[in-house]
Parts: sequence; C-alpha cells; structure tokens
Amino acid sequence: MADVAIAPRAGSPKSQIREATAWEQLKHNRNWLGFWFMLPAMAFLILFLAYPLGLGVWLSFTDTKIGRIGEFIGTENYEWLWGDDVFWLSVFNTVLYTAVASTIKFAVGLYLALLLNENLPLKAMLRALVLIPFIVPTVLSAIAFWWIFDSQFSIISWSLKNLGLITQNINFLGDTTWARICVIFANIWRGVPFVAITLLAGLQTVQPSLYEAATLDGASSWQRFRYITYPLLTPIIAVVMTFSVLFTFTDFQLIWVLTRGGPVNATQLMATLSYQRAIIGGQLGEGAAISTAMIPFLLAAIMISWFGLQRRKWQQGESND
Amino acid sequence: MNGLTRRTLLQGGTALAAAGALTGPALFDFAKAWADTAPWKAESGAKLTVMRWKRFVPSEDEAFNAIVAAFSKATGTEMNVFSESFEDVQPKASVAANTGSGLDLAWGLHTLPQLFPTKVLKMNDVADYLGKKYGGWTDAAAKTCKLGDDWLGIPIATNGGYMNYRKSATDKAGFKEFPKDFPTFLEMCKALKANNTPAGFALGHATGDANGWLHWILWGHNAWTVDQNDKVVINSPETMKALEYCKALSDTFIPGVASWNDSSNNKAFLAGELYCTLNGISIYVAEKNDPSKKELAEDTYHALHPIGPIGKPTELQLALPILAFNFTKYPNAAKAFIAFMLEKDQFEKWLQGSQGYLTQTLNAYENAPIWTADPKNTVFSQASKRTLPASGIGTVGEKAAEAIANFIVVDMFANYCTGAKDAKGSIAEAERQLKRIYR
Repeated sequence: MADVAIAPRAGSPKSQIREATAWEQLKHNRNWLGFWFMLPAMAFLILFLAYPLGLGVWLSFTDTKIGRIGEFIGTENYEWLWGDDVFWLSVFNTVLYTAVASTIKFAVGLYLALLLNENLPLKAMLRALVLIPFIVPTVLSAIAFWWIFDSQFSIISWSLKNLGLITQNINFLGDTTWARICVIFANIWRGVPFVAITLLAGLQTVQPSLYEAATLDGASSWQRFRYITYPLLTPIIAVVMTFSVLFTFTDFQLIWVLTRGGPVNATQLMATLSYQRAIIGGQLGEGAAISTAMIPFLLAAIMISWFGLQRRKWQQGESND
Repeated sequence: MNGLTRRTLLQGGTALAAAGALTGPALFDFAKAWADTAPWKAESGAKLTVMRWKRFVPSEDEAFNAIVAAFSKATGTEMNVFSESFEDVQPKASVAANTGSGLDLAWGLHTLPQLFPTKVLKMNDVADYLGKKYGGWTDAAAKTCKLGDDWLGIPIATNGGYMNYRKSATDKAGFKEFPKDFPTFLEMCKALKANNTPAGFALGHATGDANGWLHWILWGHNAWTVDQNDKVVINSPETMKALEYCKALSDTFIPGVASWNDSSNNKAFLAGELYCTLNGISIYVAEKNDPSKKELAEDTYHALHPIGPIGKPTELQLALPILAFNFTKYPNAAKAFIAFMLEKDQFEKWLQGSQGYLTQTLNAYENAPIWTADPKNTVFSQASKRTLPASGIGTVGEKAAEAIANFIVVDMFANYCTGAKDAKGSIAEAERQLKRIYR
C-alpha cells in the first residue's frame, strides 16, 4: 500500500494532488503570513534602530575619525575612557542630573496631578496651561533660560539687585554648583508637565466607588492616597518614571544651549561629552564608546521598572507573563 | 553688457538676482573680463554649494554676496551659499567629508582643511597664482593650509582679535598707554577691578575668544603643547608659570567668564559692563553703527597683545581658510571662485565691507585703504603677520586641529582658574589628552 500511495506522487508531476511548492507555502501558510505582516515593521526597526545601534557599538571598537574609515582597535577606547577624569565626571554629572531631576519631577508632577484631579474652577483650562512647558520647543525654552541665567543680564540678578538683596550678579552659569542647579531646574521645569498629565490620566482611571467605600470606613485623606491611589497608580508610575529617567539621562539640547557642558565640564553629561568628542573633536570612535557606555545605565532603568511592573501584576492576582 | 554671450545670459540670469543688484556694473564688467582670462574655466552648467561661517558684520556679508553674484553672472555658475554659526561649520563640513556629498566648498575656521586632508581638492595652482600676483602669503596663513608642499585650502583671511578697551577706564586706572608686557598688563587689570571697571576674557568653550587669549598666555610664557617634533611638552615649569599668571589675571575678571561663549564679551562690552577684553573689531563696528552708542565708540580703543616673557608676539588669531572637497563635480569652478574672491577688485571692497573684521593673508593688501581709514582699525591689519599657526611651534595638521577643537588648552586653564583642579591635575589632564592625540 505504501508503495502504491507514494509511487504516483514521486513519479508523475501531472498528478492532481500535488505537493504545495515552497513558494506556495510561503504565500499561504499562516505562520509565514504572520511573518510577512511583521516584515515592514521589522525592516523599519532594523534599519532605523538596530542598525544604528549596532553601528554605534561597532564604531566604539574602532579608531574611526570623521572623514576616515577606522580600524578595529578592540577595547582601547574604553580603556582610555576608564582613566579619563572628564568621562567619569560626566558619568557622575549624568547620574546626579538624572536622579535629582527625576525625583523632583516625580514629586512635583504627582502633586500637580493630585491637585488637578480635584474639582477646581476652570479645570480644563488649568490642565491645558500645565502642558505649556512641554509644548515649547526645547531649544526655545533653553535659550530663554540662557538669558534668565546670563552672568551679566540675568533678570533674577537684576531684580534682586534692585530689591537691594544682593550687590553683585549671581554667577549662575559660571559657578560649578550654580550651573548644575540651573540646568537641573530647567530640566525639571520642562519635564514636570509630562509626569503630571500622565499621572493625572492614571488618577482618572481609579474608580470613585473605592474612595467612597474608604471614606465610609473612616479613612483619612492620607490613608486614601496611601492605600487606594498609590497602589492603583503604581503601574503608570513605573511607565512614566521609566520614560522620565530615559529622557533625562539622554538629555542633550538643554545642556548644549545653556552651558555646552561648562563651566569646566561641571554640567558635561555623557550625551554632550559624546557629541563634543565625536563631532566637534572628530573622534567618532571615542564618542561612540561614550554613547555605548550609556546603554548599561539605560538598560538598568528599564529593568527596574519592568520588574516593578511584574510585581504589580502578581499583587493583583494575575499571572506573570 | 555687449560681452554677454547667450550662454551666460541663460545660466546667470536666474542666479542671485537680488544680490546682483548690489554689485553695480563695474564689478560685473571686471568679473566678465576676469572670467574670460582666468586660468580656471568654470565647467558648463556648474553648480557650487558653499558653506560659510555666519557673519558678525553685515556689510561684510553684503560685500561677499556681491562677489558671489558677480562670479555667478560672469561664469554662469549657479551659486548656492548658506551660512552656519562658528560652532556648526566644522561638524557640517566633517559630515560632508564623511559622506562625500552635500558641499562643494566650505569656508571655515582655524585649520579646517587639515582635518580631512584626503578629502580636499589640492589648491597648489591657485595658491601659486595668487601668491605670485599679490606679494606672497603671510607665514602663518600658508602654514595653516599646507601639508608638506601641498595646499589643502586657501587662507582667505584672518579674523584678528585684539585688545578692546575703554580708554577712560584705563586712563583712570593710571595707564595712559596700553601695557606692552605681562606684569604691567596684570597690574592694569588689578587696577581696573579696583575701580569697578573690570576686564574679562572667556574661560568657557568659546571657539575664537577663549582659544585665542589662552594660547597667547601659554605661548607668551614659552610653554607649548608640543615641540617642533610634535612631542608633548605641556608638562613644563613654563606651563606652571602660565597657569599662575592666568589665575592672578582671572581673579580680576568680571564674574561669569567661565560660562562665556564667543558672543558673551561682545554683549557685556556693549552694555558698558566690561572695560577690557580680547575681541575682533565687531564690538567697535557695532558701536559705530548704533547712534546711541556714540560715546562708547569714541571711548573704545584697540591695542596689540602685550608681549610675554618669551619676548616676541605669540598671538593665536582665527584663521579662516576655504577648502573645496575633492568629490565636487566642478573643481575648476571651485578654483575659479576662490581665485576670483582674492583678486584686488573684489578683495579690497570686501575688506572695506568687513570694516576690519577680516585681515588679508596676501602681503600686497597690507596697504589697503581700510587700515588707514580709521586709526582704530590699524591694529587689526597685523593679525595675519603676528599670529602663530594653531599648532604653535609644532606641525600644523589634523592633530593640532583636534587639540584646538577639543579645547584642551582652554580646559586646562579653566580647571585651574576656577579652582576645579590644582595646577598639577590640570596639566596632567591636558597632557593625557594631548598624548592620545599625538600618539
């Protein structure tokens, strides 16, 4: 029987029941179809995300300069950076900048979100207004801050002088501590709306009945926040803070317009140092190494919120995925 | 206009008609005659994309545009000129060099052509032609553009930066004549501070200003980043002395210099808060052009840099070389344009338009009318002669350009003057970076 069944297939191609060709399988097989539908997105991701990332990492192992193909030099760039004070200063600055700015952005953002969630007069208008710093192009707001913090023409120094509170201009961007405070302030100003509005959206999803029940049970407003609002808000907090940390960690425009990393590298972030070394200084390989060195930090930030989210699901009784 | 051929009419007609109105018939006639006899004939249908640095003196830009328009009409070359701020010229040129497209000519700063010697069109014939015709090139200008015997670009001009000071303030401080040596200069800055009329020099990443004055201080003490053989010699007792001197000087400055960029001292000087600084002539030009600043203009004077212990001028002036990329489709048009710009009929008008902001690199222009038109201009005529190349006594080239671009000397001084590092630490950091570049 087996011979009979197989023989005509193998023997005559003109048989009516024929094997689907590879091409037809590719056209009609459901699994392959899924692949085809994914292809445009994949091509997009590979071309615009994976390839540049891979190229960046590759460049960091070469001595490429602008206008010249480099040679593979192993980890020489990283070894050099390991002993480079300016690089470590930029790592410190980046971590400080991200930690301080993100913490304050979260605190202020959450506070604003809670306020805006109350029944205020002109609620819609207020909510729109809060978004303004986020809408203004970064470079424009940075230039405005640059004037506000100018060493000679600062409106703050001028006002305080006219009020008789100080006698000399405050050296906002020329003093290392002041410069750090100024760039962090500008970043917070710009980042708060994003946190506030997103958390507000999260707050609106909390069912009012939960608050009613809690109120009936005699919960104080702090208890209502601590045991209802905060737990239900945790997933969105994780997402918002991941984005906030990523944006802050990779900030470039604000610093570049305000200080260019100065004075004496006090506000030099990894992103600005990478640009300075790669594009201004021409050492593409070294600049790429600095950028690549940012990846572990960014991965860590993503991991923390990822695991935070998983824990959240487990608390709600869902299975982990 | 009878000399117009059908071709030039067709091709030149559309290009830069607005700017063309400024040129006047004389310039155009000359351009036409020049184009007919020039050693380089623009390719038919040539198109040149030119990037230049963004002007600080509007009339300089007008004069430049007039030259561009005349060239365009006379040779039928379509000219596309755009400008970028000082800081952006080099990155954009670098990207063009890297990708092999986008620009034909780039007019930039310092030793730009040395950054990508393999990507530029050799200019030996243009340099010979102009040098022979106009009394030769100044030493530093030639060095800036040459690699061995090859010209990687043409030094169009130098942007001279000199001492800008308020005579009333220096007089009041007891210095009727501007100091000629380092100790007297320090005394004057101390006296200016005591009178609450402070001096100020950029300690931030100001490409032109900060590099300019800090290299002058360093070299003036006979301290160098590298020696004649490109060996790193920054770690020397002379550098230590330069740091100490600079620290004493910076203690007399107006607050905020560590955050200054190239425009900060202009703003502060024009606002009447700064009384002595190093700058191009742009401050004075701005004062002259603003009727409300008449008194300020009358009180503003210029002086040469005081001479350091080394006993000779050690200025670092901003060289402004132009280069053509070797991937341009129209090498002859590019060469013709460069040569055309530096011919007497154009260049003297251009110098005039720049009001002293640009200084010639060809010796014959030293007697150009601009330098005597206003006695306060005269100092700036020396810029191309008194400057050293950006490499100091070392070899001009990619490495020296990289050291300047990375602000190594600036950061060394800024680290020490702001107290961020001690002298040894500041020098060690600079030494480490220099050794990597000069390995």
